[in-house]
This record gives sequence, C-alpha cells and structure tokens, in this order.
Amino acid sequence: MSNPDDVVVVDARRLLCPMPVIRVQNAAKKLSPGARIKAICTDPGALNDIPAWSRINGHKIIEITSKDDEHIIILEVGEQ
Amino acid sequence: MLAARAIQEQGIYVEGLNFFTGFCVEGHTHAIRKKDQNRPKRNNALWVAEQLGIKLHFVDVVEEYKEVLFNPKHGYGANLNPCLDCKIFMVEKALEWIRENDFDFIITGEVIGQRPKSQRKETMPVIARESGAEGLLLRPLCGKNLPATTPEQEGWIDREGLFDFSGRTRKPQMALAKRYGFEEYAQPAGGCCFLTDAPYSVKLADLWKSRGEKEYELDDIMLLKVGRHLRPKPEFKVIISREEGEGKFLQGYKNQYISLKTTSHAGPLALLDGRVEPEDLELAARIVARYSQGRSAEQVELEIREKDGTTRTLSVTPMPPHEIQKEWQL
Repeated sequence: MSNPDDVVVVDARRLLCPMPVIRVQNAAKKLSPGARIKAICTDPGALNDIPAWSRINGHKIIEITSKDDEHIIILEVGEQ
Repeated sequence: MLAARAIQEQGIYVEGLNFFTGFCVEGHTHAIRKKDQNRPKRNNALWVAEQLGIKLHFVDVVEEYKEVLFNPKHGYGANLNPCLDCKIFMVEKALEWIRENDFDFIITGEVIGQRPKSQRKETMPVIARESGAEGLLLRPLCGKNLPATTPEQEGWIDREGLFDFSGRTRKPQMALAKRYGFEEYAQPAGGCCFLTDAPYSVKLADLWKSRGEKEYELDDIMLLKVGRHLRPKPEFKVIISREEGEGKFLQGYKNQYISLKTTSHAGPLALLDGRVEPEDLELAARIVARYSQGRSAEQVELEIREKDGTTRTLSVTPMPPHEIQKEWQL
C-alpha cells in the first residue's frame, strides 16, 4: 500500500473528456493500491466521467471540489 | 452493449475497450456551448460499461490514428471518414490489447448491412483478415450469419446463443435491449465521430490545404469543433466564439494563439490561427467586430493579445456583412 499523503497531481486543465480520464487512468496504472491522484480539470464532464471510471475500475473517490471553472477530484487507487 | 451482454450471458468475463482518436463526439463536447448544457454530460462508453458491470479501458490512439486518416487503404466515406480502415485499425489494436492482457477473443457489436461502408457482408472478413484477428473476432449480434469463429470452434461459447441480425433496421436490437432490461441506450453508431460530419470535414480539409500537408495536432482538431471559422486569407483563419461557453473554451488557448476581444462592446473572443502579418490584424479585428454588439457602431475597440501576454488596443470599423465573403466561411 502507498502512503495516502503522497498525491500524484494530474493536470488535465483545458482537456476535454475523455482526455482527463485517460490521463488519470495512465497515472493510476503506475501506482500501487492506496496511492492518491489529484486531478485538476476544467471540463465539467470530468465531474461525471472520473467518478464513473473510478467506480467501474475499483478506485475510490475521496473528494470533489469546484472553484470558478476548475474542478479538483481526488481519488484513491484500488486493486488493479 | 448488446454484444457484450450476449457474451456475458454465456458466462464469459468481458472487459471493454474505448479508443480515443480525438474525433469522438461526446455529450460534453456539445456541452461546451451554453445552449447544449442540458445534454447529459456523460461519456457513453463509461455509462455503458457501468450498465454492464464491466471494467473499461481507454486507449489513446491519437497519434497512431493519423496514418489511418491520412492514407486510408479503403478510402473515405461521404466525408473524411475512413470507416473501414478505422475498424480494421481498432480491431488490430484490440488484438494487441488482448494479447498483452491475457484475454482470449474480441467481440464487436457489428451487424451485417448496418452501415454502408464498414458493416457490409463483404467487409466483415476484410476486417477480420486485415486486422490480423482472423477467427478471434466474434460478432455476437450477427454471428449466426457468419462462419464459425475460434470461440465457437473451441467450444468457449455456444453458437446458439448468438444472433442473426442483419440490415439497417434496429428493431431486433431494440427488442433484445428490452429483453435484457436496458431501458436506455447510447445513440446508435454513425453519429459518434466528427469525421462523418460534413461541416467538420470541410474545416479539416481546409486545415490540411492551408498547411500544405495532411497534418494536425490534438489542439487543432479540438478547435475545429468549436466556434465560427473564417479564412479571409490563405495564410490565417479567425476562430470566433459563438457564445459564452465557447468563449471560455477558446480562452484556454490564448497562450498558443493571438487572441482578440472586443472591449468597447460585448462580443466574442477570437483566436487567429496561422501566419498573421501586422496588416492582417485590422482585417481580423474588423471581422470580429462584425460579430460583436457593436456591429452597427462607427468604431469598435478590441484588445489584441499576443501569445506572450502583451496587449494593445485597436479601434476599427466593423466589417459590413456584405464584405464578409462567402468563401471565407468554413
């Protein structure tokens, strides 16, 4: 298990879905269960897509926040 | 969705693949525009995977796909859609994936006669052969109309559990969806790729012509989905937002392109793509002013922002509509 304090940041600003999901997916592949990813997105579609992708692939959404036009999604990598 | 469920019904473990070419149409591509904000902001592949309870893997093929689009061996469809080559390419990539991930065979939702270019009786074996998948490619929805594949020959699946759908009608699929309890399903194939869209293909062909070669980057093809595109000179074009949502989207590109914004009147944000000479700025500014609230004013002020962030103000007379040449409009 990874230390949850280690957060990998995925900057997906300006990218349209599914690119933010693809960036998160590619980051997750390199991580161990328990590691965390912080995705910064501007496409509001990511608010649906990253949680949906997490649900079906066994990852856990920890927090979603939105400020102005930026959305931050923090997830914990599950078993892959 | 139906093909996957048909195979799941036979007790087979299924995972999904979704190839991202850059030309995919999704609900939120449209949702850039404010008027389309009510469209569901979901990725259909993810939604389908969730309905089926399967994992879904995205495969980024943006770079590799260029070769398919630039030189399609089997040609284009009505627009710049290389459907048959595209299908062959995707099955080939799926074959690579199943080999790397220890899966046994590939299924697709193809139906004989469903699509004029890529789903004809003659093209079904071409896809299986040219992708290299051969007997590992199973089409559950029309499998009974095709020779037995490896999964059938090996007894991994029961041919009797396959279907014999054919033709353009979707009625058998709708009946099967009802049988499986699917009340909602994603848009049938055909409208899911911008390359099948005539106005989009015109803009892509213009991009290639202006660059003197068939080439593009992901940002180029994303920008073709947004705004009003006008090419007043062969060397550059003006991309003008049509409303607030597009303006916000284009704003994300202002460090890559010279941008123009009206300041004396409410108006669009515009980007200049190509080689812009100083004297072209006034021409571009007059066009942009035409699409602002100041279109009838004597003078409209615009802020011109260079890629490095330096700005200056330009005051122009909005271009009257009759001076905007029809051939400029892409």
